[in-house]
Amino acid sequence: MRVWTLLKVYSVLVYIFMFAPIAVVLLLAFNNSQFGGFPIEGFSLRWFVKLSENEAIIRAFRTSLSLGALTALISTTIGVLASLALVRYQFRGKDFITTFLISPVLVPETVLAVGVLIFLRWLSMPRSFLLLLVGHSIIALPFVVLVVQARLVGIKKEYEEAARSLGANSVQTFFQITLPLLMPAVFAGALFAFTISFDNITATIFWRPSGMETVPTQIFGMLRNSISPEINALGFVMIVITVGVPVLAGGLARYFSRKRT
Amino acid sequence: MAESKEFDPRPWYLLAPSMLAIIALVVIPMSFILVYSFYENLDLAIDRVAFQFGNWQELLTDSYYHTAIWKTLRLSVIVTVLAAILGYIPAYFIAMTKYRHKWLLLLLLILPFWVSFIIRTLSWIHILGNQGAVNGILMWLGLTDAPISMMFNEFAVIVGFIHVFLPYMILNVYVSLEGIDENLEPAARTLGATPWQAFREVTLPLSLPGLAAGSLLVFVLTGGSYVTPLILGGPGDFLFGNLIYDAVVVELNWPMGATLSFTLLILLSLVVALYSRLMGMNQLSKAFG
Repeated sequence: MRVWTLLKVYSVLVYIFMFAPIAVVLLLAFNNSQFGGFPIEGFSLRWFVKLSENEAIIRAFRTSLSLGALTALISTTIGVLASLALVRYQFRGKDFITTFLISPVLVPETVLAVGVLIFLRWLSMPRSFLLLLVGHSIIALPFVVLVVQARLVGIKKEYEEAARSLGANSVQTFFQITLPLLMPAVFAGALFAFTISFDNITATIFWRPSGMETVPTQIFGMLRNSISPEINALGFVMIVITVGVPVLAGGLARYFSRKRT
Repeated sequence: MAESKEFDPRPWYLLAPSMLAIIALVVIPMSFILVYSFYENLDLAIDRVAFQFGNWQELLTDSYYHTAIWKTLRLSVIVTVLAAILGYIPAYFIAMTKYRHKWLLLLLLILPFWVSFIIRTLSWIHILGNQGAVNGILMWLGLTDAPISMMFNEFAVIVGFIHVFLPYMILNVYVSLEGIDENLEPAARTLGATPWQAFREVTLPLSLPGLAAGSLLVFVLTGGSYVTPLILGGPGDFLFGNLIYDAVVVELNWPMGATLSFTLLILLSLVVALYSRLMGMNQLSKAFG
């Protein structure tokens, strides 16, 4: 069928459009040239070496990693609790509460950032790491709730009821039955939250205290001059972290679940 | 358990942390934006508590702000329409293909979500810039002697936006196409419809909810951004979000920043409200299932 072939070619072209620019960054990270762009003058790792000696970037990396990890911890904890309430209990106003929990997504991030800053200003509090942390957590929360909720629906209530009827109290039931069954969802939610925080720039530019940089804001600052080869190397490292970690985690999860059965 | 009519406080204990966080970080700040929009700006970072309409008057009368609203609307529509045209066909292809490794196509679709936004945006400098791939190829072919300037204009901004938001569109369309009973199109065919008719009158209408959800996401995300124009655009390529950035970060004019933020919130909320009126909010969360 000729139409089908056309659709196929079109789809492949769209995939190329999505991945060619990313591939170019990965490629140029190894370019032995003074400049960030083409032509390619040979293979070199020197921009990675230079990167590892750049203290500003190392500091930004540390900030981003701890911010991401703590954001994942907070948003996943409160998000899992909220999802449990939504899936396991019947109560009035549930639809409204669901929309309410998703509402941080509905507010444009720029507006959310300015709003929180103005509130902070009214409280006469300075911008801080804590602001970035609670801010990122609230941005990630809706996504955690959506992911965890979708998985939680698939866990049968009967397991929990069986545990209860065998004499476990609700805390025991949660930690020994629900949580282990929910672990993949918790993990997925936490990874999602980490990536959202690690990647955030829109709100971070507003919220960061002066002198503190995350990796995205650091790159944003470096772009002001010209695109240096170091940025490509940094891009390579970031892509390996944000793509490699979930793919590896997914692969490991598959491997272990296969081993068990 | 569920039969009792008494008030059960347990779900509310579980919900309390999230709800308190949203109240403190979303509801209260949004009210503060409204209140601050009536304050008066005196100097850099100095404002006075007041109830006056100066900021709102400036917004309504200064054509600079009207231009920005118009530009934002125009660019968001362009990006949304192009993303729909670019995204629908791959979504259709993935949904209908009999290819054995379909999961791989889907994984590749989700992968860009994991690649840093700023890296994906700046990568276009390597494609369209003076030292970029396109100019490199053109000069190598001898089609041009000097690099053609393709960067730091509206075109680059549009391409950057589409590149970042396209996966949202494809994923949403795919989810609704995947939900269609696969016997419907063949059924239409046996009743005498041409393939194109079967698509246009059966599949396309049934996939509209996904197309609408994808379009809403792309429109709202584009309309609320300011970083992409700063990286890929020229001095004339600014969105409404850039005015907010300038007011708050550069001019330290908090009351004006609040006024502009509230305006953007209202404008984009109108779009979301219109959508939820027409389609309901359920479709949006399906893509996460």
